[in-house]
Amino acid sequence: MNNFVYQKAGYPVEAVEAVSINDSAAFLAGGTNLVDLWKYNLTNPELLVDVTHFDELKTITEIHYGGVRIGALMSNADTAYHPLIESRYPLLSKAILAGASAQIRNMATDGGNLLQRTRCYYFYDATSPCNKRVPGSGCPAIKGYNRIHAILGASEQCIAVFPSDMCVALAALEAVVNVIGPNGERSIPFTDFHRLPGDTPELDNNLQHGELITSIDLPANGFASNYSYLKLRDRQSYAFALVSVAAGLELDGNIIKSARIALGGIAHKPWRVKEAESHLIGQPATPENFLQAAEIILAGSKGYKHNLFKIELAKKAIVRNAMMALQPESQLPGAKPSL
Amino acid sequence: MPKISITVNGQASTLDVLPWVSLLDALRERLNLTGTKKGCDHGQCGACTVLCDGKRILSCLTLAVAKNGAEITTIEGVAKGNELHPLQQAFIDHDAFQCGYCTPGQICSAIGLLQEGKANNREEVKELMSGNLCRCGANVNIIDAIMQVKEAKLI
Repeated sequence: MNNFVYQKAGYPVEAVEAVSINDSAAFLAGGTNLVDLWKYNLTNPELLVDVTHFDELKTITEIHYGGVRIGALMSNADTAYHPLIESRYPLLSKAILAGASAQIRNMATDGGNLLQRTRCYYFYDATSPCNKRVPGSGCPAIKGYNRIHAILGASEQCIAVFPSDMCVALAALEAVVNVIGPNGERSIPFTDFHRLPGDTPELDNNLQHGELITSIDLPANGFASNYSYLKLRDRQSYAFALVSVAAGLELDGNIIKSARIALGGIAHKPWRVKEAESHLIGQPATPENFLQAAEIILAGSKGYKHNLFKIELAKKAIVRNAMMALQPESQLPGAKPSL
Repeated sequence: MPKISITVNGQASTLDVLPWVSLLDALRERLNLTGTKKGCDHGQCGACTVLCDGKRILSCLTLAVAKNGAEITTIEGVAKGNELHPLQQAFIDHDAFQCGYCTPGQICSAIGLLQEGKANNREEVKELMSGNLCRCGANVNIIDAIMQVKEAKLI
């Protein structure tokens, strides 16, 4: 663990300036991942710029075209329990509440959730090689213990997965991430925010150094009538996903008008395959049709010694979750799943 | 060195803290409030749970310097004089601990849980207490104790 300087910026633009001129500086918000990574000697910031007091980034408001804007400094808990999110984007509430613990959700911010790092065991072991932590040092996970690792989108350099639950729902809902940086403001569609490891696994996402997430926009359609989030893991609570699925359906009777399906725990970013979703349009909402969509989503998947099971698990999770979306009440605590 | 003012269990303190000192270490080492426990120190066990401005948080992942002006409640501050907090009494009534190491965090977390008011039944209490691990396995009695206070509407 290194020593660092702590500073509180007056305004977001000041925070951006302070971080962007120092390669070893980082923003400090909830700190639930950053402080932990620092304690494990996996990140060594020279300067932490505290942004937690920017009240203008702690609101949830309705915006143009019926959408909702979530301030990046909203806590995960306050977002999940916010009336606008509970009523119009229950899929997002459900996904947030599937992650971490109540204490961590009280601390962690929504902007920070997007920036959490992988929980790959080798990444977290400072004595181990890891291409994500030390580019070029190797990836022991590929031939090592890889139960929690990727089955889609991995590279020869890295098979780590992105661990967020919230982001799986944000991918399904087609959120947009608004950021401010040294070169001004920009908006990033959610599918372009995170990236695949390729030859540069040290980069988790497409943010530039010094860019600060200010808000997350949700489009008007929250799929609030037929949605489901299913998280499968080694422990029923307070564990990361082996496979998770977010689904939103629009139905006309039993016929699917539109569908969204995103997966978590299986790739370096939330995984969405639009061909699978368009395949479902006009089809009856049946397990057989959802299985066809699952086969499209998992086409090209590749398992490793300890995570081969995740391919079949993901397919079954997609089907079961889609059937649960037909009866959202099946997700109430203690309720029996519909399959 | 940065200076912070925090109110802990109703008592105002001003401390000089280095930027990398956790709230947990500040409470234990500087204010001698050792009721809050340092279990994993990585946000995995919940033993360090305290209430910060009324909300349960993990003091091990909190930098003290970032909590200037905050009001903190630790296990030492939940009783009213000699009168135990209803959850303290309920933990005794239900034998909700064996070694007792996780208990301060469990009780602070349960206070936060009941104040949040999001748990409607036993299943939801279990889910929303999952951030506090008990390695002795007293969880069933812990949930019984919390349910007693919840059903009596004492918080």
